[in-house]
Amino acid sequence: MGMTIVEKIFARASGQPQVRPGDLAVVDVDIAVMMDTSFHANTRRDILKVHDPDKVAVIYDHMVPAPDKASAEAQTYGRDFVRRFGITRFHDVGPDQGISHAVVADRGYALPGTVLVCSDSHTCASGAFNCAARGIGAPDLLAAVTTGKAWFRVGETVRYQLSGVLRPGVYAKDLFLHIAGTWGHHTNQNVEFGGPGLAGLGIDARRTIATMGAELSAEFATFEADERLVLYVRERNPSPFTSVAPDPDTDYADRRDIDLSKIEPLVALPDAVIKNSVPVGEVAGEPIQQAFIGSCANGTLDDLAEAARVVAGRKVAPGVRFLVTPGTQSVYRAALKAGYIAALIEAGAVVTPATCGACFGGHMGVLGPGETCITASTRNFKGRMGDPTARIYMASPATVAASAIAGKIAAAGDIA
Amino acid sequence: MITGRVWKFGDNINTDLMLPGSLLFATEDEQKRAVFSANRPGWVDEMRSGDIIVCGLNYGMGSSRPAARSLRNLGIAALVADSINGLFFRNAVNFGLIALECPGVHAAFAEGQTAEISLDELTVRNRDTGAVLKASPVPPMLLDMMRHGGVYPDLERRGLIAPLR
Repeated sequence: MGMTIVEKIFARASGQPQVRPGDLAVVDVDIAVMMDTSFHANTRRDILKVHDPDKVAVIYDHMVPAPDKASAEAQTYGRDFVRRFGITRFHDVGPDQGISHAVVADRGYALPGTVLVCSDSHTCASGAFNCAARGIGAPDLLAAVTTGKAWFRVGETVRYQLSGVLRPGVYAKDLFLHIAGTWGHHTNQNVEFGGPGLAGLGIDARRTIATMGAELSAEFATFEADERLVLYVRERNPSPFTSVAPDPDTDYADRRDIDLSKIEPLVALPDAVIKNSVPVGEVAGEPIQQAFIGSCANGTLDDLAEAARVVAGRKVAPGVRFLVTPGTQSVYRAALKAGYIAALIEAGAVVTPATCGACFGGHMGVLGPGETCITASTRNFKGRMGDPTARIYMASPATVAASAIAGKIAAAGDIA
Repeated sequence: MITGRVWKFGDNINTDLMLPGSLLFATEDEQKRAVFSANRPGWVDEMRSGDIIVCGLNYGMGSSRPAARSLRNLGIAALVADSINGLFFRNAVNFGLIALECPGVHAAFAEGQTAEISLDELTVRNRDTGAVLKASPVPPMLLDMMRHGGVYPDLERRGLIAPLR
């Protein structure tokens, strides 16, 4: 019986000829990504040995620039850790900083066919790169950094076979909301994306979909590799790699065909994305106080381009805070050069430095009691972005930008 | 055998309900006091050490935050769900919280009933109704970590991390 992409990567990384659902795979980790949160005093443990400093990257993203003393202390501790163990891939506050999964993409750290772990749930973002990438816990990450290994329970895989192209005004986020709304959670399952529809999805779009794999409760969300992907990685990282294709006779738990041309703009209602998506029209007119575009899911250059296109020449509605957070400082610079930042700021948006900030309710855009927000980020759980009485709708960057202009939830095609 | 009073929760209980983002960097004591504060305020005062949580599908979806540690710190003897998010399960293993998947368990219990869990047999029994359910298999290496305080003791023994001061 054939193997899926993830099963093949695990077979190589665990030195076995075959890995199957139900197995426990203990694999060599190719890269372990630590963040500023890895060094907070309430969670950290003092590391005495690092298995291989060249297989560790340290990327500051959640609490940057440090908004409080505890974060500042954690970041000082982390800088000392980086120096002590000679870790060269360190992304401190400055020009090379960003949200960890977005920096991993910018730098080509996630090589096709390899294993990447990080103690953030959206690490599956790097599944876009044909990489077995998974969010693990802080203790897991310590184990990976100190031993070079990680364990994975191998789940069954659902194959999403994509065809067609998304219509204008429909985005990767809408495709995700369609999957979450139609099929719900994928607990203990992997999801694998491929098919001719891949050709019409840019790398940024694939990253959005892979990132949102965490919201399907999936184990791994992995894309097939194509020429476009291979070129993207080669431009950023000279290391050799071998991309992995699933075997033709793979036995998937289910195989679901999606015609991308049938997807429409969707919104997830507050508190959940599982079976909670509706067409934008059903909630159009709902007044908002905050609109947010950012996070590892929607802080890409393509996302900023769409937001800028929607708001160009228009003004954000009075009473709405429109916050935009580029995924990395490098994306910020590219958006600046392309004129996207000027369009956003002239419309009345506030553009923040790259951080996980507002997405996890940490800082830079926390919601107050009873407020309503529409977000293009990762999560809309109750209380996620601040007060538990705040309501968080989730949509594509284009729908969020249009809503910021309208002052209420609106489709990008419907704003004056 | 683990025996305890059952608290019931439904499907898709997420990590942010167990550990709100505003307390990510708070002390373990502050974190455990906030468990379920958004969906069931006051629960931490009603529950007792040794109690058991029984829940539905997709328990613990969401963040990598150490929500399992808060349940362990509250003294939850075991968590049994119809299904458990893989990342929450990892944290349960690594922080030493007993967490088992047991299809049908949510329907088999009413709140306040008593559950008896055998980790050797991987069975969950409702003492009040007599119903016995089979839990899903857990790889022996993971069950062993779960039962013996998680991964930190092993990393300490191997000289990879320093013991807590």
